[in-house]
Amino acid sequence: MTHAPEQMTDNSTGMSYLDSLPRRLVTVILPLLVFVFVLLFPFYWMAITAIKPNYQLTDYNNYSPLWVVEPTLEHIKYLLFETSYPSWLWNTIYISVAATIISLVTSVFAAYAIERLRFNGSRWVGLGIFLAYLVPPSILFIPLAIMIFGLGIYDTKLALILTYPTFLVPFSTWLLMGYFRSIPFELEECALVDGASRWQILIKVLLPLSVPGLISAGIFSFTLSWNEFIYALTFIQSSENKTVPVGVLTELVRSDVYEWGSLMAGALLGSLPVVILYSFFVDYYVSSMTGAVKE
Amino acid sequence: MANVTATEPSPSRSFWAGIGQGRHVIGILFMLPAAVFLLFFLTYPLGLGVWLGFTDTRIGSPGVFIGLENYASLMGDSLFWLVVFNTILYTVAASILKFALGLWLALLLNENMPFKAFFRAVVLLPWVVPTVLSAIAFWWIFDSQYSIISWALIKMGLISAPINFLGDVANARASVIAANVWRGIPFVAISLLAGLQTISPSLHEAATLDGATNWQRFRYITLPMLSPIIAVVMTFSVLFTFTDFQLIYVLTRGGPLNSTHLMATLSFQRAIPGGSLGEGAAIAVAMIPFLLGAILFSYFGLQRRKWQQGGAD
Repeated sequence: MTHAPEQMTDNSTGMSYLDSLPRRLVTVILPLLVFVFVLLFPFYWMAITAIKPNYQLTDYNNYSPLWVVEPTLEHIKYLLFETSYPSWLWNTIYISVAATIISLVTSVFAAYAIERLRFNGSRWVGLGIFLAYLVPPSILFIPLAIMIFGLGIYDTKLALILTYPTFLVPFSTWLLMGYFRSIPFELEECALVDGASRWQILIKVLLPLSVPGLISAGIFSFTLSWNEFIYALTFIQSSENKTVPVGVLTELVRSDVYEWGSLMAGALLGSLPVVILYSFFVDYYVSSMTGAVKE
Repeated sequence: MANVTATEPSPSRSFWAGIGQGRHVIGILFMLPAAVFLLFFLTYPLGLGVWLGFTDTRIGSPGVFIGLENYASLMGDSLFWLVVFNTILYTVAASILKFALGLWLALLLNENMPFKAFFRAVVLLPWVVPTVLSAIAFWWIFDSQYSIISWALIKMGLISAPINFLGDVANARASVIAANVWRGIPFVAISLLAGLQTISPSLHEAATLDGATNWQRFRYITLPMLSPIIAVVMTFSVLFTFTDFQLIYVLTRGGPLNSTHLMATLSFQRAIPGGSLGEGAAIAVAMIPFLLGAILFSYFGLQRRKWQQGGAD
């Protein structure tokens, strides 16, 4: 990875001009459309179920399941006014933003120290950060639960704000190390000669140049926090402190009668914020995802 | 950094300025917040987890050291071995499918066509949306009575009764693997696409002039050039599939007959609802050897990539 979000360049016309149109239709366009259909259908199904009145939901004989007549907002209204959904939404936003900010700040310092200051042993620390990135939450949640209990922050938002950076900091540091590496050393040397301190160099030279990297790391961290499940499930007990994924699964699913309309509405509303964020920053997402892999 | 100024700086100031500019000291100072954080919330719990595996800690009662008793009882537990088998089956099947379909999708997206950017953007959606929420959508898609897949197949005349997706051992396994593959394809495809774009088209042109067929170009140019990134992407994919929890917890909770129980879900079930933190931790620790294998694999993949790019070491 060399620079800020890589633009997907279209210069690789390749040799497609050698293929005839019907041939391309069968070998490229058709399979691609099948892929896109399969990958997007669950979202369509989620959305159409969320606005279906209950009497149409399971009546496949009189109404086509793929379409909706008389769409309704009753499921969404139910979610917003008769459940704790709004507070789950607020919790998720609050926790994700706080965890992202903490992770970004610590990662900027760590990445700068490892990549640019090259203190004694920075190579080993860099390797350690990479290994930390590979530790999955499923083997940490039990000891973390005991620690959370011991610290007296069980069932608080703080429990999640403090534990999410365990997977955000290694990732963001790793990503930012890549960005810092792409910024020429000469700029820093100029600043040093002009009498700038390391702090000033970081704040006034390096950070303005790595804004794209910060955006990538930031939105990616936000999405990872938003999607997190196992910590939120284990560390949070009371309904008003739950996050959206946990709340939808544990509170909207009751008894044997599944209320698919409100479940799908909950899934849809919980997905929309990250999808909207994603649609604005597609290139940043792609560069942060591939950046972590390509380094 | 000597202060060459007209006024002589006071000794203490230059001392602190010297400290402030020293690479090593300030480097360690900058590293401190992240290091303290990771040591306290990542390294320490990792060690604590290994220790817990040797104790009989339960919720509400601090345990005592019992040696390998947890592991010994797991060795004799047929459910544990079933779960290990399930986890390996799930990981291998899902990873192979993700790789094959993801590579295919990457090759398709690399073609020149209209609305290219749009296609690239929408295929990543399954990966962006919270897994739990898309898994709930799959739960509804896999409903035993009102599944939309059953409905479509009945309409086409392929089957006569709804498929019992999550209620039957083989079907449940296939369904959770399908949902996992659905979510994993975008990651593999977009990462491999980034690798594909670094392959110069002139290699393909030269090969075509020499009379290479499409298959030969794929086999002897694309695949070797892509292999380092494949190694890394698949390591990540295997790692996250092996430790998967969310999808199973939503779709089946391990059922039917524990046929979809994975190591992570069993660990959770024994530790949190079951209360045996020690035993749950032992199951989690049993995942570590597999993870280490994957990480070593990744390490050699990375080394090879650097070597291929001409970087030293």
